[in-house]
Amino acid sequence: MLTQVPLFLSFVLFGIGVIGFLLRRNIIILLMFIELMLNAANLAFVSLSKTIGDMSGQVYVMFIFAIAAAEAGVGLAIAILIYRQLKTTDVDKINNLRG
Amino acid sequence: METNIYSLLKWIPFVPLMGFIVNGLIGRKLPEKLAGIIGSSAIGISFIISILSFLKLINLPEGERLLNDRLYTWIASGNLNISISLHFDALSAVMALVVSGVSFLIHVYSIGYMAGDKGFSRYFAYLNLFVFFMLILVLADSLLIMFVGWEGVGLCSYLLIGFWYEDNEKASAGKKAFIVNRVGDAGFIIGLILLFYLLGNKGIFAFDFQSLSHHIPLIAGESFFGINALFLIGLLLFLGATGKSAQFPLYVWLPDAMAGPTPVSALIHAATMVTAGVYMLTRMYFLYELVPSALSVVLAVGCFTAVLGATIGLLQTDIKKVLAYSTISQIGYMFMAVGAGAFAAGVFHLMTHAFFKAVLFLGAGSVIHGLHGEQDMRKMGGLRADMKWTFLVMGLAWLAISGIPPFAGFFSKDMILESVFAGGNKIIWFAGLITAAMTAYYISRLIVLTFFGEKRGHSAHESPAVMTIPLGILAVLCIAGGFIDIPHFLEKWEGSHHEISKGTEDLLIGLSVFAGIAGITFAFFIQKSGRAERVKETLSSVYTVILNKFYVDEIYDYLFVRTPRWFSDKICFRFFDAGIIDGGIVNGSARIVYNIGSILRRLQSGNAQSYALIFVAGVVMIIYFVLKRFI
Repeated sequence: MLTQVPLFLSFVLFGIGVIGFLLRRNIIILLMFIELMLNAANLAFVSLSKTIGDMSGQVYVMFIFAIAAAEAGVGLAIAILIYRQLKTTDVDKINNLRG
Repeated sequence: METNIYSLLKWIPFVPLMGFIVNGLIGRKLPEKLAGIIGSSAIGISFIISILSFLKLINLPEGERLLNDRLYTWIASGNLNISISLHFDALSAVMALVVSGVSFLIHVYSIGYMAGDKGFSRYFAYLNLFVFFMLILVLADSLLIMFVGWEGVGLCSYLLIGFWYEDNEKASAGKKAFIVNRVGDAGFIIGLILLFYLLGNKGIFAFDFQSLSHHIPLIAGESFFGINALFLIGLLLFLGATGKSAQFPLYVWLPDAMAGPTPVSALIHAATMVTAGVYMLTRMYFLYELVPSALSVVLAVGCFTAVLGATIGLLQTDIKKVLAYSTISQIGYMFMAVGAGAFAAGVFHLMTHAFFKAVLFLGAGSVIHGLHGEQDMRKMGGLRADMKWTFLVMGLAWLAISGIPPFAGFFSKDMILESVFAGGNKIIWFAGLITAAMTAYYISRLIVLTFFGEKRGHSAHESPAVMTIPLGILAVLCIAGGFIDIPHFLEKWEGSHHEISKGTEDLLIGLSVFAGIAGITFAFFIQKSGRAERVKETLSSVYTVILNKFYVDEIYDYLFVRTPRWFSDKICFRFFDAGIIDGGIVNGSARIVYNIGSILRRLQSGNAQSYALIFVAGVVMIIYFVLKRFI
């Protein structure tokens, strides 16, 4: 199988993640797009690891899964707290740190 | 020149210094009488030593009449070697005798006048210190030491004018005297520096009067910034003299100086300190003889001051202010003599003036004492019967200052007028004659208002003997003073002598006596039965101007107080300090940081997505630049 195909898929997924992150307003959706970007990176790791024949790329993926899970947990907790405080999930309205 | 060491000389100033130390340190614990006796006897001893020195001096052959006493080396630096040494020649002798003698009498008088004052010992301490510095000034061997005494008497004058420092007006009168004197002293010290600089350029580092008189001709041709250097030095030293001797334009402090105790006015502001300028110019006669143009300035200023002082004195109502303006006018007379080159006549008038003006002031003090502090002549009158002694002595001094023969003032005043006339200055001579008439008028007015007529105020009591006896002695000197042949004794300072014929001389004497008598008669005539009121009404505008002393104080206030204050406030403070320094540099740098920050803070929108957008843009650019190398 060509290496380019999964890499290309990874690139597309990452692009969707970035664009989605920039365009959507709901904080939960933003967290989901972050997961999408992480998984696009995972896909790139896996496919390049296969091509080069080095397993360490796949080990990194395991780490990234763990970190992504932790990140999602913390992120969702923050999202819930923000919602409790500000009664909104719209990131445009969450700008208390404006200078 | 050969010098005669006379080691008693140093005790002339140092006994008063000891008196100052004793009274200054423990005077407060001493009983009043004792403090007064210590103060007076210190001056008395000094007077006796002066007489001893004087006797020693006149026993020397003429031409060698000079005593010296060297104390120690003050400044030794390379070629420069200045020692503290004293110098007793004919001029110093006259001055030392006048200063210590008059001071002694005034000290004794002060025991009575200041009795019961809570600053009694402080008063005597200051007065002793003053006499110390005055004698240093008089006996100084070089200009530098003279300057020490010069500043010292200025300090004591300040301390004694503001003696009753709890009264704000009196304290500020002291400050005024000190500050105005500073202007003159600046002139003096610049003159000194210039003189020493020019002499130093010629390799001469000896500044005692003897070597100065030898070396001054060396720098006669020098010029400084295009001006004849000696002329400039002469003018600068004269500026110092105008400050100390209350001449135009620096005379304004003297009338205010009357805030001090009356014996102080008599001693410092009439008899001794204010004549220091005349003494200094006489001391430096060898310089002034080389620059006649500087002497012309002295003559003009002296004459102008004499007329100005006498004019203002005509209308003053405060008894001490009349005498203050009279002093200004009389010192103007002395400067006229100096300006005409007749230094000896100036010193002669200095001496006679010291006698009769001391009597007038002390007599005025006795009147004020008798009337419990009243100084306004309009509230006096008819004191003839109450204060017989005071009236008698003041009467003698009145005739003396009016120039009636054979009293002291007649001789010296006539000699001044004669030398001015002989010098060819007819206008100045005439102004002097008019001043003589005005002097006779205002002093007669003072006498009439105080002693004649009806009682307008309280009745007075005669002062105690401790006050009247010194007055009596001084009054005798008012009569005898004129017969002391000072001009002959001071031959060296007589200056160039213009011969005038016997007939002219008699005419001049006649005219000056006539001026005096005219002034007196006019005063008696006009002060009777409301004639003064009528004159006042006819000349009301002139009257107002003179009564307000030609608005000189107001003009000075505007020029030298308000304008600099305005400048300091508006330009230096509000514009420069508050505006440029505080506003521009201190607050300005903060404002720049603040403004930059307020632009940059817009970047922190608080919107996480906009940060992400910038982040993505950054990543894209990094990727672009990295990949560019491979493409």
